[in-house]
Amino acid sequence: MGRITLNKVQKAFGDTEVIPPLDLSIEDGEFVVFVGPSGCGKSTLLRLIAGLEDVTTGQIQIDGADTTAMPPAKRGLAMVFQSYALYPHMSVRKNIAFPLRMAKLDKAEQDRRVEAAANVLNLTDYLDRRPGQLSGGQRQRVAIGRAIVREPAAFLFDEPLSNLDAALRVGMRLEISELHERLKTTMIYVTHDQVEAMTMADKIVVLRAGNIEQVGSPLELYRAPRNLFVAGFIGSPKMNFLEGEEAGKHGAHTIGVRPEHIEPSPTTGPWQGTVGVSEHLGSDTFFHVHMDGRSDPITVRAGGEIDMHYGDKIFLTPDDTRIHKFDTAGLRID
Amino acid sequence: MAREVTRQQKSVNTVIGWGLGLLMFFPIIWIAVLAFKSEGDAIRAPFEVLFSSWTFESFGAVQERSDYFKHFTNSVIISLGSTLVGLVIAIPAAWSMAFVPAKHTKNVLMWMLSTKMLPPVGVLIPIYLIFRDTGLLDTQIGLVIVLTLINLPIIIWMLYTYFREIPGEILEAARMDGAGLREEVLFVLVPMAIPGMASTVLLNIILAWNEAFWTLNLTAANAAPLTAFIASYSSPEGLFYAKLSAASIMAIAPILIMGWFSQKQLVRGLTFGAVK
Repeated sequence: MGRITLNKVQKAFGDTEVIPPLDLSIEDGEFVVFVGPSGCGKSTLLRLIAGLEDVTTGQIQIDGADTTAMPPAKRGLAMVFQSYALYPHMSVRKNIAFPLRMAKLDKAEQDRRVEAAANVLNLTDYLDRRPGQLSGGQRQRVAIGRAIVREPAAFLFDEPLSNLDAALRVGMRLEISELHERLKTTMIYVTHDQVEAMTMADKIVVLRAGNIEQVGSPLELYRAPRNLFVAGFIGSPKMNFLEGEEAGKHGAHTIGVRPEHIEPSPTTGPWQGTVGVSEHLGSDTFFHVHMDGRSDPITVRAGGEIDMHYGDKIFLTPDDTRIHKFDTAGLRID
Repeated sequence: MAREVTRQQKSVNTVIGWGLGLLMFFPIIWIAVLAFKSEGDAIRAPFEVLFSSWTFESFGAVQERSDYFKHFTNSVIISLGSTLVGLVIAIPAAWSMAFVPAKHTKNVLMWMLSTKMLPPVGVLIPIYLIFRDTGLLDTQIGLVIVLTLINLPIIIWMLYTYFREIPGEILEAARMDGAGLREEVLFVLVPMAIPGMASTVLLNIILAWNEAFWTLNLTAANAAPLTAFIASYSSPEGLFYAKLSAASIMAIAPILIMGWFSQKQLVRGLTFGAVK
């Protein structure tokens, strides 16, 4: 089981409130991602759940039990840290067995579980090495191994992939998703990378300055962002925002339209501009289009092999059914 | 050309280095020389001393007149004892200051160090009286207590510096893994801090071994360590250079040998944090 409920949880460091009172419930078996720009309080929130920080006011429940004042060791959660935080003086085997040793499991059972975890994570050949003799990806696996052996109520991941290079990150992302499919255990994952959030989550919690901006599935956030911040944060490349006359036509203060919902054409379309920098990714091409009276270029996704160049005239047609409208306060209008 | 200049500089540096080294080591060499001379030869002019005959008689005389092993045992008990008690107090203190610092942690550290700025003689009389009234005078326990307190600030400072080098996330990981405070300190913090703790222990043993002010003033016969053993060959009975030197060599030999073998640890300890 791993049902976690946050009830009016608030955190302040001295006079600075980093997390205003918030409510959140995480269902058993869910993969929840906390995402937001750096300093938004996502790591603090995770550490509150872990018990590494004390909540200032409010209550945290795990499987119905009030754990607010419980030390981390008693909460039955496992955590994977950004720096891996392996014990450098212990072999991989001892690192993975450490939580079991703390739980005073008998030696045979410890060995059995360590072997099983090592098997799942392809670490069998490295069990007798020290963490210092492993590569970044292997260390990450050891950290995950240490987390899974004790069969926790939930896993907490604190930006676990940010120390890995891009190729390895994609691989580990898949491994963690697969692990979740296999274990069906609740996972809470903190990242600043919206791609990680979109690809892994069942449920995304978007945070800004300690406030929950929106909670929803990746596609919900993509299709119906609740406000300008979420609209700009979710999706890559970023959504384009237009104000003024163009927005007025739709009865909004600001409208947003994603690069993939604009049709570029060399001949016709309601919006007109010149092609700036273009990024060719092979499958897609992104044009940065400069329009009169706008300082920021508009990003447009085109098919991979469209033939337009710097300085060419271009016409754009936004998909009217997929225009997001926002009022003066930045909230979504439906 | 350039090469010759550096070679010249190198040889100058070498000469200066050796010169300074010898200058600093000279008193010990001279003590070692005098220790192997007869009492009569030892008071001759330095040049004559060197070429007079060598003998072990001073060592024999010293061993006959006073009990070296008793003093040695006392020294071992006092220096190891005060170091162990010091560690037991300093590890939790340094842990809390390094990992859960409060607003005034820095001030507390400074305050602890400031106790080392007080001349010990300033508190000699109160401590002497306390020791007299509690029956601690001339006891090993009394000296262990006093030397623990004297060196505690240094132990805490050193451990604090070492502990600060250990990433807090690793201790947090231990907490998440189900370790209580005791397990966290014993299984994670201490093993990771072993190199630093080793140099702290070594330095403290040396300091306690050579501590003379308190050991001389608070002991008479029973608990007297090697410092008192050396001192007994000083003034009261006149100047017995050869015996005094022999006693000194016997007193410093154990710590010198220990220091020699643990040199690497010690240097790391003393220069720790100098770079970075």
